[in-house]
Amino acid sequence: MSSRALADPDRRLVGDLSERDFRSRIEGPGLGVRLGPFDVHLTVRVPTILEPLRTLYAWYSTLEGDRVYGCHATLNEARNLRRRPIRRVRFTVDGVTPHEDLPRAQALSVLEWGINLVIALRFHCYLLLHTAVLERNGRALLLPAAPGQGKSTLCAALAHRSWRLLSDEFGIVRPGTRMVLPIPRPMPLKNESIAVIRSFAPEAVLGPEISNTRKGTVAHVRPPRESVERAGEPAPARWLVFPRWQAGARQELDEVLPSEAFMRLATNAFNYEMHGERGFATVRDLVAGSRCFRLVYSDLDAAIAALDRLSDEDLG
Amino acid sequence: MRQGLASVLRDPDLLSKLAPVELDRMLRLLRRARLLGRVAVQLEEGAGLEVLPGQAADQLSSARVMAEARARVGRWELDRLAWALEDLSDTPLIAMKGCAYLLVGTPNARGRMFADVDLLVPESRLPLIEEKLLARGWRLAELTPYDDLYYRRWTHELPPMTHVERSVEVDLHHGILMRTARLKPSSDLLFEAAREVPGSRFMVLAPVDMVLHAIVHLFYGGEMAGALRELLDIDELLRHFGATEPDFWGQFWPRVESLDLARPAFYGLRYAMTILGTPIPAFVVRASGVGAPAGPVLALMDWLVPRVLFPGPLDGRGSVIGVAHGLAYVRSHWVKMPPGTLIRHLAYKFYVRNMRPSGA
Repeated sequence: MSSRALADPDRRLVGDLSERDFRSRIEGPGLGVRLGPFDVHLTVRVPTILEPLRTLYAWYSTLEGDRVYGCHATLNEARNLRRRPIRRVRFTVDGVTPHEDLPRAQALSVLEWGINLVIALRFHCYLLLHTAVLERNGRALLLPAAPGQGKSTLCAALAHRSWRLLSDEFGIVRPGTRMVLPIPRPMPLKNESIAVIRSFAPEAVLGPEISNTRKGTVAHVRPPRESVERAGEPAPARWLVFPRWQAGARQELDEVLPSEAFMRLATNAFNYEMHGERGFATVRDLVAGSRCFRLVYSDLDAAIAALDRLSDEDLG
Repeated sequence: MRQGLASVLRDPDLLSKLAPVELDRMLRLLRRARLLGRVAVQLEEGAGLEVLPGQAADQLSSARVMAEARARVGRWELDRLAWALEDLSDTPLIAMKGCAYLLVGTPNARGRMFADVDLLVPESRLPLIEEKLLARGWRLAELTPYDDLYYRRWTHELPPMTHVERSVEVDLHHGILMRTARLKPSSDLLFEAAREVPGSRFMVLAPVDMVLHAIVHLFYGGEMAGALRELLDIDELLRHFGATEPDFWGQFWPRVESLDLARPAFYGLRYAMTILGTPIPAFVVRASGVGAPAGPVLALMDWLVPRVLFPGPLDGRGSVIGVAHGLAYVRSHWVKMPPGTLIRHLAYKFYVRNMRPSGA
């Protein structure tokens, strides 16, 4: 990896930094990283999560020099009036603390969740759909689902097979287009999903298991290298699949009406109502240009095979 | 930094001339002062956002989208209020601040982040209006009995109301200053001069009164977060009405005196002029001298106001700014209540914040 850094000094990966360089930058002046369309400046002064962070962010380009950032996010240890740490961490974005301090043991998920919060609350120049997005054969598959329906698990599994990860959380669309912009990020798996993905994709790299979060135990999967390297390549929406995992269920992949797909996509978005008529037209066009399905599944391999077939059919 | 921000507000095209690191800093200050949307609209009407780096253009156009969405939310809330109060067609309802700017389309409405609906209604109709809104889905903020009483006995408004299906706060006022304030602007005069808005159920304050209300809100309001934006409102309203409203400046100071608002009006004109360069005719400036406070107080205000208006440093809190904000908070209460009432109020608030066992 060091040869790459020498060959192209402007494109240095976080993983190319030595442990020491990484630490001195992220604890000191801060480290700029490009997360899809957003350039984020990170300062983290919580020693316990530096090593996991360096692993999970290994494939991201570092951003050098004076530049404008989309946000400046900081995670510090919270301290009491006598400046002693109180085993809590404080997330700050551009000098504002959007929520209360949270347990230090959950620092990594506090940071990840905080960055997502900033994206969802700040970047309204995009329509931000709440969906996992993957690409195959040059077209995007959107997997919108409510929490607990197996969206993240299916997304992480697909990202380790024949699909390119665009995002496990955000469908970023510039209003008036059907192109989905990638923002590959560490994918938080919850509870049983952690073991499922470990056995499904033994090559997947996971961060530490964080217990007792609001969502139970969480572990982050590192996004595959290719997905991060190709984060500048958007893809047009083509398949809208609403997944639901159900133990022991017989797999079903049924078409749904565009009107139903529209409602489910729009009402589940982060900022649909911000965009008014343009938002309506954008979702309408997304749906009109896509094939829409409902997927009930219990077995990952079978689900992936069905989605592969779907994307191959469109080639013909 | 203060100078830099003030210059950018006067001439947003300056943003494209900043070095990236300065532009980054300026955007964060503008965000904190809730002025990104305003600057975005001005830039789009001028050089366009494309002249800026993508990361800056995205933030600015995002802020504009958000400001437009908030304006839509504000208009819809007014529509719903008109529906809820349709039986009271003989009752004047005056939309104030952000809503009034939206209704009239004053220049400061563009890119402005609408927050709450503020309505001025005759005090005698307040109980009936409250009852109608409660019957149609609005709810009063859940307050402690102390806070509820604070609103009803001492302030010029009801506790905030919000419709169960929406998140917009509706504040029903019967005056523009606390009941307990030493100055007593007459609400009757405001109603007499209020103007119809074509096509709307709501009225707005007459131009001079609209500016005076913005001034009173800034200098006697006690909210510091949006203070710079409020001074910009004053600046833009003065420029706009000064140019479009016949004899605006001739009526200005006489109206100030009949509304008993000489002190806040003096401050409003002074700081709009010195901080934002608002053009004000010399005869008005001379007349406003009668509203000036004693020399030492003025010196303190001249130190305090710029420090409170501009957002503090981005990294950590500066102690000078902290002191200025603390002083400004106490001052904003001092002008609203007699000393005895103020001491009781601040003592109670101090007890609640610092000494009462949590959970009690």
